[in-house]
Amino acid sequence: MEKEALISAIKEIVSPYTEDKTTLENISEETDFITDLKVNSANLVDIVLDIEEKFGIEIDNDSMAKMLNVKAAMEIIEAKLAENDRK
Amino acid sequence: MTNRVVITGLGVVSPNGADLGQFRHALKNGLSGIRHDPQLEQLLFSCQIAGKPVIDEARLSQYFTELEIRNLDSTGIVYGVIAGMDAWKDAGLEIADSEVPDWESGTVFGTGTSGIDKFRSAIYKLDNLEIRKLGSTVVAQTMASGVSALLAGKIGLGNQVTTNSSACATGTESVLMAYERIKNGQATIMLAGSTSDSGPYIWGGFDAMKVCTYKHNGNPEKGSRPMSETASGFVPGSGAGALVLESLEHALSRGAKIYAEILGGNVNAGGQRGTGTMTAPNAQAVQRCIVSALAASGVNPTEIEVINGHLTATSKDTLEIENWVKALGRSGKDFPYINSVKGMTGHCISASGSIECVASVLQISEGFIFPNINCEDLHPEIEKLVDPLQIPRVCLEREFDILIKASFGFGDVNACLLLKRYHHGERSIN
Repeated sequence: MEKEALISAIKEIVSPYTEDKTTLENISEETDFITDLKVNSANLVDIVLDIEEKFGIEIDNDSMAKMLNVKAAMEIIEAKLAENDRK
Repeated sequence: MTNRVVITGLGVVSPNGADLGQFRHALKNGLSGIRHDPQLEQLLFSCQIAGKPVIDEARLSQYFTELEIRNLDSTGIVYGVIAGMDAWKDAGLEIADSEVPDWESGTVFGTGTSGIDKFRSAIYKLDNLEIRKLGSTVVAQTMASGVSALLAGKIGLGNQVTTNSSACATGTESVLMAYERIKNGQATIMLAGSTSDSGPYIWGGFDAMKVCTYKHNGNPEKGSRPMSETASGFVPGSGAGALVLESLEHALSRGAKIYAEILGGNVNAGGQRGTGTMTAPNAQAVQRCIVSALAASGVNPTEIEVINGHLTATSKDTLEIENWVKALGRSGKDFPYINSVKGMTGHCISASGSIECVASVLQISEGFIFPNINCEDLHPEIEKLVDPLQIPRVCLEREFDILIKASFGFGDVNACLLLKRYHHGERSIN
């Protein structure tokens, strides 16, 4: 999947969980969910669930713990999609 | 030194009125909120009628963020937050700024259980080995204190934030707990109230106990019949009531509208001794609760003008009247006026006490005594104790000064409080 498309998909998923719409508009690989987007840490699991549903993947606990910023989310999504392709 | 405590804000979500204006109108006009409930019929309930407040999505979005509405599956939290926020606004109070909470304001907001529908869906997911799909919202919606926690966050409360639970006495108890805290100088403002979920999963247990009526499925509005000879069990209800309590001094200093003063009250239990059981009251404890509430308030039984009873429309109504007669030492024509909200709302379980406290405050502050509906056939045993004229069947426009309110609950628990009309212009403090 194209990088831009992936960022845009993540942006859409994260949207309901952040009130900082300016930061959301300027979302990039470097954006951190908690420190930049001010997402409530309890909602990170909801974001993971929404990502799972959107991409048809399953994210394990270790990956989930790493998913604190856009870059990590992209790497995990791509890795899981690749696993799916191999199956 | 103790503080005098007044009521400065009201909010209500009742089956017969989902906001204060509608509720007042329904009370005065004896309008029932009991409807046939297709879901109860489908699930083979004996009692297929119920009292459920009507909240549309537009209203919901005024109180909850889009994110909160996602996966929101706790009617008790919905009712409680709406009633609580309405009461806060009615009192003319502000929301705390984003950094510092309001240290002097807190809440005691009770419930019997929370988010039973949320629990149900979570349990289905768990048993289906889908624990990882629960998401983050289960705890906040199913913990009993979910309602007080959410209210505290919305308003920014920095004093005590808690949820009490004493079955059908919960709402009246919450008002007394909040009253004590202000009286003792531990808080300046307390949001008191209680809520109760809607639906088959909260009402099923009562239906199974055969304490609900099954004789009015075709005639819902006639189903809830407190003090009637043909009363055949309560009609399950739901909703929430909320009251802002405040020290008189603080209310006067900010020029708040004052609905009524709380003179005092009492909570006790019958210990499930004597006639008391898990489900039946120890009559001695009920009378003792009333007598102690009078003493704590410095009110003589002869001063009582209106009683707002618990009166659920079960066979226990006569016993309740007998307890009032004995505790007050008054009967026949000398008995105060008495009424029950439940004829119009059904029994709103853990929300009943607070919804009825709101009704009581409206009566004393606005000078009316709402009608008892569905007791055109007053129970003959009650008629032996109390003159029928003291049980109004039409709304009486009447100013009065002292009202006593009691609620009784499973577990043999009792709560009773006294309200006094507030005369504006009166400035003396103790």
